[in-house]
Amino acid sequence: MRRLMVSILEQPLKIPGGLSLASNKAQSLREPLRQAPIPERLIVPLSQHIGEAAEALVGVGDKVLKGQVIARSLNYISAPVHAPTSGTVTDIGEYPVPHPSGLKGVCIVIHADGHDTSAATGLAMDNVFAADAADIRQRVREAGIVGLGGAGFPTAVKLNPGPQRQVELLVINAAECEPYISCDEALICCCTQDVIDGVRIMQHALGATQVVIGIEDNMPRAIECLRDGLARAGSHDIRIVPVPTTYPAGGEKQLIYALTGEEVPSQGLPADLGIVCHNVGTAAAIARALLRGEPLISRVVTVTGAGVRNPCNLEVRIGTPMAEIIEAAGGYTDQVSRLLMGGPMMGISMPSDRVPVIKTTNCLLIASREEAPPPLPASACIRCGQCTDVCPARLLPQQLYWHAHAREFDKIQDYSLFDCIECGCCAQVCPCHIPLVQYYRFAKTEIWDQERQRQKADLARQRHEFRLERLEKEKKALEERRAHARKGLEKRPKAGDADAKKAEIAAALERVKAKKASQDAAARNIDQLTPEQQARIAEVDARRSGDGTAGR
Amino acid sequence: MLTATLALGILSALFGLLLGYSAIRFKVEGDPIVEQIDALLPQTQCGQCGFPGCRPYAEAIAAGEADINQCPPGGDSGIQALAELLGVDPKPLNAEHGVPQEKRVAVIDEQTCIGCTLCIQACPVDAIVGAAKQMHTVVAEECTGCDLCVPPCPVDCITMVPVKQDIVTWKWPYPESDTRPIVIARQA
Repeated sequence: MRRLMVSILEQPLKIPGGLSLASNKAQSLREPLRQAPIPERLIVPLSQHIGEAAEALVGVGDKVLKGQVIARSLNYISAPVHAPTSGTVTDIGEYPVPHPSGLKGVCIVIHADGHDTSAATGLAMDNVFAADAADIRQRVREAGIVGLGGAGFPTAVKLNPGPQRQVELLVINAAECEPYISCDEALICCCTQDVIDGVRIMQHALGATQVVIGIEDNMPRAIECLRDGLARAGSHDIRIVPVPTTYPAGGEKQLIYALTGEEVPSQGLPADLGIVCHNVGTAAAIARALLRGEPLISRVVTVTGAGVRNPCNLEVRIGTPMAEIIEAAGGYTDQVSRLLMGGPMMGISMPSDRVPVIKTTNCLLIASREEAPPPLPASACIRCGQCTDVCPARLLPQQLYWHAHAREFDKIQDYSLFDCIECGCCAQVCPCHIPLVQYYRFAKTEIWDQERQRQKADLARQRHEFRLERLEKEKKALEERRAHARKGLEKRPKAGDADAKKAEIAAALERVKAKKASQDAAARNIDQLTPEQQARIAEVDARRSGDGTAGR
Repeated sequence: MLTATLALGILSALFGLLLGYSAIRFKVEGDPIVEQIDALLPQTQCGQCGFPGCRPYAEAIAAGEADINQCPPGGDSGIQALAELLGVDPKPLNAEHGVPQEKRVAVIDEQTCIGCTLCIQACPVDAIVGAAKQMHTVVAEECTGCDLCVPPCPVDCITMVPVKQDIVTWKWPYPESDTRPIVIARQA
């Protein structure tokens, strides 16, 4: 086993590039976290994160209980889905889902019965800190927990560094760097104990020797809560490091750099450095599942922006339509212009407010025209290089742009397109208003598509070659059979040989005679016959022994 | 003089042996350029290029018997890739061989199918399952959308349907073409 040495820096570093943005978090933190009402109708998508969609286990008309598994995961990189409340399944079909495409996805629709009756999940463990890591991972998987920070990668996979890797450092990401979003801060202040328990469970499951909570230094209340909580729990080995507030300091690779000075290799994983990074919300979800038996059926969502009357943080059941959450936050104001899922930098525009909240919905930004202005017409790049200065991944956004613009997908990968975290800093500073991130997203999905096409072509080639081989084999077999038959023909006498022909005819006649004789002598069912049957048999026999043609 | 001749002679004999050995030991089966061309072709096996499959077309290109613009499923990007590989100028697709179409997949109307097996024999990638006088069906994941099963069907029960885009295969549009409305529709 490899042991990697990583150490937490005394003084956290400033990330390369990045922007200082107005945080705009105060408005949603005015009141503490509260529960959003459970809606009458919940729409639960089967695919809520990176990886394969889950497979529905319930049918229309089935009664479900809160926390019951309603769809199971089929792959390693997948997560099951649970019923967010008790009620009846009224439909399984395609509904709009929160996805940039605006396409529909398969969802299970549940009509709540209002009782919110829980099912026995069997997820809770008696002594989780004595449990086997594999057992913990299994339960985390069964609880449907995915990374609640962003992309929603199944957490159980990230809790398994593999047998060849030793995890030295567990980084808990509480650096909520994007403006407007305050769900992690609200969660830390409200459920400090859950967060700390979850962190300790992850530390135990990973066998990490060091744990650090990376948090932005503009969240003093959350830092205070965590310090108090850790002191109460006596967890002095868990360090809290406030990192300088810069967007995007909360990116996984950026936070690791700020805390340790280590750079995650291009196309690599933090695990290559002996580091694993989890979101603070994920930690709380693990604690709830393993200590209280609650699967992931709700999450904290920041509802904010000038377009909503009462910005706040709400604990929302997965599957709640966005319109209901906005209603719970006081409804729209007159300034409403756009609905974004996520923050102003990385959020994606929603086609309608009827789409449901999913496991990765951290924020609903109901933006006014000033907050999310419509894109200005782009002009030609003037090569000012500002995008390069602000890129936190130290890429060359301008080069990426040229190649994406020209659809040169080979060349764009030479500039490490896939290390781009789509933070949007480059597009924000671009004086020509070029939608840079859109170009990168376009190039990424095109490259993935090409890869899929290539795989499909390889499969088709294989199958075609196999078919040709099979046809060849069949042809050969047919030829062999024919050759065999021809040999049989050759044994027979030639056409001109009259004597031989006569002999053959005689032999054939002989064969017919023998057959007839054997037919006559064949056993008959002649016991206990009525006279009538006897008479009919005699009649038939007479006909047969008479003229050969009489029977025809 | 004699030593030099001898030394050179021995050296050349040694190198000759080495070369001869390598020629046998590291012999390349087939023409590598054919492999490279074949890798760029879409493997639809549709025969629109006038050759019975992608590999024969690749061989014809390598032999200089066919042009690089005869593959409609490969489209302009395919021609571009071939031109780059072969160091020639790309040219527009030869319309004689057809026009590029969106991705499609064959679907058999199972109510109408009489189980004649003609489509099974036509399919270049064995993507149709069925037996004589039994209902046939297309394995959609294996289907290349080549259209070859459509003409032999005596009851015209095969249709080519465009492949529906889903969330997994969805691609971000090229930025300039993004004209989706951004203003939300408020619930009534």
